[in-house]
Amino acid sequence: MYNFEFKQPTTISDAVNLLKSDEAQALGGGQTLIPTMKQRLASPSTLVSLTAISEMKGICKNDDGSISIGGGTTHAEVASHADIFAGLKTLAENIGDAAVRNRGTIGGSLANNDPAACYPAVALSTGATIVTNSREISADDFFQGMFDTALEEGEIIISVRFPVPTSSSYQKFVQPASRFAMVGVFLSKFADETKVAVTGASEGGVFRWSEAEAALNENFSADSINNLSVDQNDMISDIHASKEYRAHLVKIMTQRAIKGAS
Amino acid sequence: MPKDSGIGAAIKRREDARFLLGSGRYSDDITLLNQTHAIFVRSEVANGEINSIDTSEAEAMPGVLAVFTGEDFVDVGGNPAGWLINSRNGDPMKEPKRPVLAHGKVRHVGDAYAAVIAETEQQARDAAEKINADIKELPAVIDMASALSGKNFVHDEIGTNQCYDWGWIEDNREATDKAIKNAHHVTTLELVNNRLVPNAMEPRCSIADYNPANDDYTLYTTSQNPHLTRLLISAFVLGIPENKLTVVSPDVGGGFGSKIYHYGEEALVLAAAKRIKRPVRWTATRSESFMSDAHGRDHVTKIELALDKDNNFLAFRTETMANVGAYLSNFSTVTPTILHGTLMAGNYAVPNVYVNVKTVFTNTAPVDAYRGAGRPEATYSLERVIDKAATELGVDPIKLRRQNFIKPDQFPYVTAAGLNYDVGDYDAIMDRLEHHADLKGFAQRRKKSEAAGKLRGLGINSYIEACGIAPSNLIGTLGARVGLYDAATIRVNATGNISVMVGAHSHGQGHETAFPQIVADMLGVDPDNVEIVHGDTSKIPFGMGTYGSRSLAVCGSAIVRGVEKIISKGKKIAAHMMETTDDKVDFEEGVFSVKGTNKTVSFGDVALKAYIPHDFPIEDIEPGLEETAFYDPQNFTYPAGAYACEVEVDPDTGQVTIESFAAADDFGNIINPMIVEGQVHGGLAQGIGQALLEGCTYNEDGQLISASYMDYTMPRAADLPSFIVDHTVQTPSTDNPLGVKGCGEAGAIGSPPTVVNAVVDALRSANHNVTHIDMPLTPERVWAAMNN
Repeated sequence: MYNFEFKQPTTISDAVNLLKSDEAQALGGGQTLIPTMKQRLASPSTLVSLTAISEMKGICKNDDGSISIGGGTTHAEVASHADIFAGLKTLAENIGDAAVRNRGTIGGSLANNDPAACYPAVALSTGATIVTNSREISADDFFQGMFDTALEEGEIIISVRFPVPTSSSYQKFVQPASRFAMVGVFLSKFADETKVAVTGASEGGVFRWSEAEAALNENFSADSINNLSVDQNDMISDIHASKEYRAHLVKIMTQRAIKGAS
Repeated sequence: MPKDSGIGAAIKRREDARFLLGSGRYSDDITLLNQTHAIFVRSEVANGEINSIDTSEAEAMPGVLAVFTGEDFVDVGGNPAGWLINSRNGDPMKEPKRPVLAHGKVRHVGDAYAAVIAETEQQARDAAEKINADIKELPAVIDMASALSGKNFVHDEIGTNQCYDWGWIEDNREATDKAIKNAHHVTTLELVNNRLVPNAMEPRCSIADYNPANDDYTLYTTSQNPHLTRLLISAFVLGIPENKLTVVSPDVGGGFGSKIYHYGEEALVLAAAKRIKRPVRWTATRSESFMSDAHGRDHVTKIELALDKDNNFLAFRTETMANVGAYLSNFSTVTPTILHGTLMAGNYAVPNVYVNVKTVFTNTAPVDAYRGAGRPEATYSLERVIDKAATELGVDPIKLRRQNFIKPDQFPYVTAAGLNYDVGDYDAIMDRLEHHADLKGFAQRRKKSEAAGKLRGLGINSYIEACGIAPSNLIGTLGARVGLYDAATIRVNATGNISVMVGAHSHGQGHETAFPQIVADMLGVDPDNVEIVHGDTSKIPFGMGTYGSRSLAVCGSAIVRGVEKIISKGKKIAAHMMETTDDKVDFEEGVFSVKGTNKTVSFGDVALKAYIPHDFPIEDIEPGLEETAFYDPQNFTYPAGAYACEVEVDPDTGQVTIESFAAADDFGNIINPMIVEGQVHGGLAQGIGQALLEGCTYNEDGQLISASYMDYTMPRAADLPSFIVDHTVQTPSTDNPLGVKGCGEAGAIGSPPTVVNAVVDALRSANHNVTHIDMPLTPERVWAAMNN
């Protein structure tokens, strides 16, 4: 690790100001950034920790029934909170291991947008709103490809607002070494529509499987996607799974999510 | 002697208290005054020509004390191979020099070509980034078959990538070929024994301390055999006289073979400490461990099994390519040959065995012995081809094995692969296995799995291994450049407690508990009064360390011989004390007595007398009570076992889960059954890891793709079932005084074929025409096998 300045502001405005300096980098739970720095693959001059900002923490139910989760809330807190809907609870309690869940934050995960991370799937599938220090961004606009988001330089995720589906399911097929998603499918069923988001599978990062959504809006059953498949060419290929196998898993995990949400 | 603490007692491991409380003392815990830090600069390419290395910028960096490159070591020796293997045509193996730091060429990703010594680790790391090396990348030699046929060499000076082409036993070749040609049935299988990264929990660490006053050195290092490390450094690499070098291996957090070997980092810190006259330390990062620890396995094999019309085995014939990596690590030449080929008769009365092994240099990390070392490769080939034969012939795989087992009345049995098995009862082991595995209930369990949408399979295996390495006179004829005895010094202190200095090294094996049980049992003392000293060449006799499940059979036997000498001398002292002659003195349960009388003296009184020799016949008996024994085994030991595994396979994804695992082993006599069970559990976890999860992967450019825990899958508790472990069949070894055989590697040897047999069985139950899947059986591989 190279030397760096460490700042721990207690307000959002202080954090935003600190992040204006050259090569400053926001630090959430540090579950990606710290290992990267230890390998000397990242060298921010200043780390601005967001963990002491109390207004970025916690979970609450809004008047319209949606749930807001502070950007600095850990996976463990999400997993154990009473107001969390089923799919999100499953998702949060199966990220990494206990150490990761006790340090890693939802804001950090979404801002990093690792193509195999779990949180992008629930945000996209539920149509969540990403609330930053300067604006609100819909999940459909937020994720812009592997490790790429709509966030501007220095912009931080204050909270995430999730519409609560009538039923939901997250089906994760783990990459056995890292326990990231080799393929993860989050299905959210609302009164008027069903949305399916897929993580871990695509070269383009998390995506909505619109053909499956259309089929499910016609007929909500696992059989309704029997004849569908995602394009193998878009899939990731690595030592754990080929494009063909990932495409197959997308369908299998989607069918399991359908059953899980039925 | 309380029977709850001697031989056979399941007492808890005393060393665990300090490990669990975090008070173990590992190499990296050692802090020396004025210590400095070494950082190695490692190749990022698999094969490259070093045109130049400019160290000037690094040398000018803050805190830098010295910079080393391969140039600094051209006049010293290389790290040697410990075993000479000759090719079938009589040519000796190719032995390219393995330098302390790469010189002229880098030959694998992670090959160290420079080192920086600085006041702090951070400064050394910063300076290491300023070393400007001009390295021209060359095409990498990765695939073994291409390596053998191609003209691109890992070591240009030897003009080939083949280290040797070994035949075992060459005189059996024609008969084996003929048996296969004329057989009623021949089953053929091609398979890969996957490459593994050892992944000891503690990374390697070496600290050198040079004392200019006496011109002597101390090396603290993570070694499984400190005396062997000292010998290699002294006699081959740096030429430091043995009496000027102390090697200390304190607590070591796992080795699995990877810490047997001497590595260049040890030599570098010693040389650096002398140059700057300050202690120099280095601890590997996990990434360095992945890149530079000696890897394991990596065989590509074709095996044939010939049978007659009654399903009797007629011959096994094997052709193997074994990857040795870029350099010869110390035991790398013996592992795929002597430790593999000699086991290719398995547990079977088969008249013909022939093994051909071509060992191949590639631009990958060195490959050497890893838990099991050759025997897992042998067992895997045998037990997979036997299972395939059972399928082809439509016979029960257990029946086929039983029919061909060597029977108890055939021992001692010289196999067609040249070993002399002293004793065993493979049917009795299989009986125990069948008892635990509840084979009758399997059909019902399969139905239940199928009702839940899963496929269920049952896999069976039987294995034998050769442990207690090794009889020096035998291995000398087979090319060994060392002897493989071990040694123990028994020091009875004046107050009656006992220090035992041993050549074996404990890094997970529980020696500090098990060895005192032997001494306590023989001397009738409380094991808590016996202390084991190991891992320091200045304190212990010259022993050869711990690997190959040898510690108990070889070093334990040295302890027995040493204690026998203590008892013999004690009788002389007791005879003097009781005014008789030593032939009239008995010793039992800690008491010396005169035959036919009620005269006694206690062991403690004899010890005291030995050290306070007032009224002592010093003309006849020396004062003191301390004896050393060296023990050289007369044969290998032959632990054997039979394993059963049930798996479920998810037909939609190919995901395999292990539902049950039973292991029945014959380890001969057992000193501490609790430690034995722990060793079996650990071995099974490693073997299951190999079967389902672990795969070290280089791409065609020689980049290590599985270079971290993000991509290399270690077995976790959740991947494993609750193991059933049975060791009630005990046929004591006839070749050592304890009747023990060794248990450290069994689980890792027996489990991989058991798991693969079970998965193939599961797939065949759903009419998939699958005969084999290469390890690791990842979900995709299993899914692909079902869908091809």
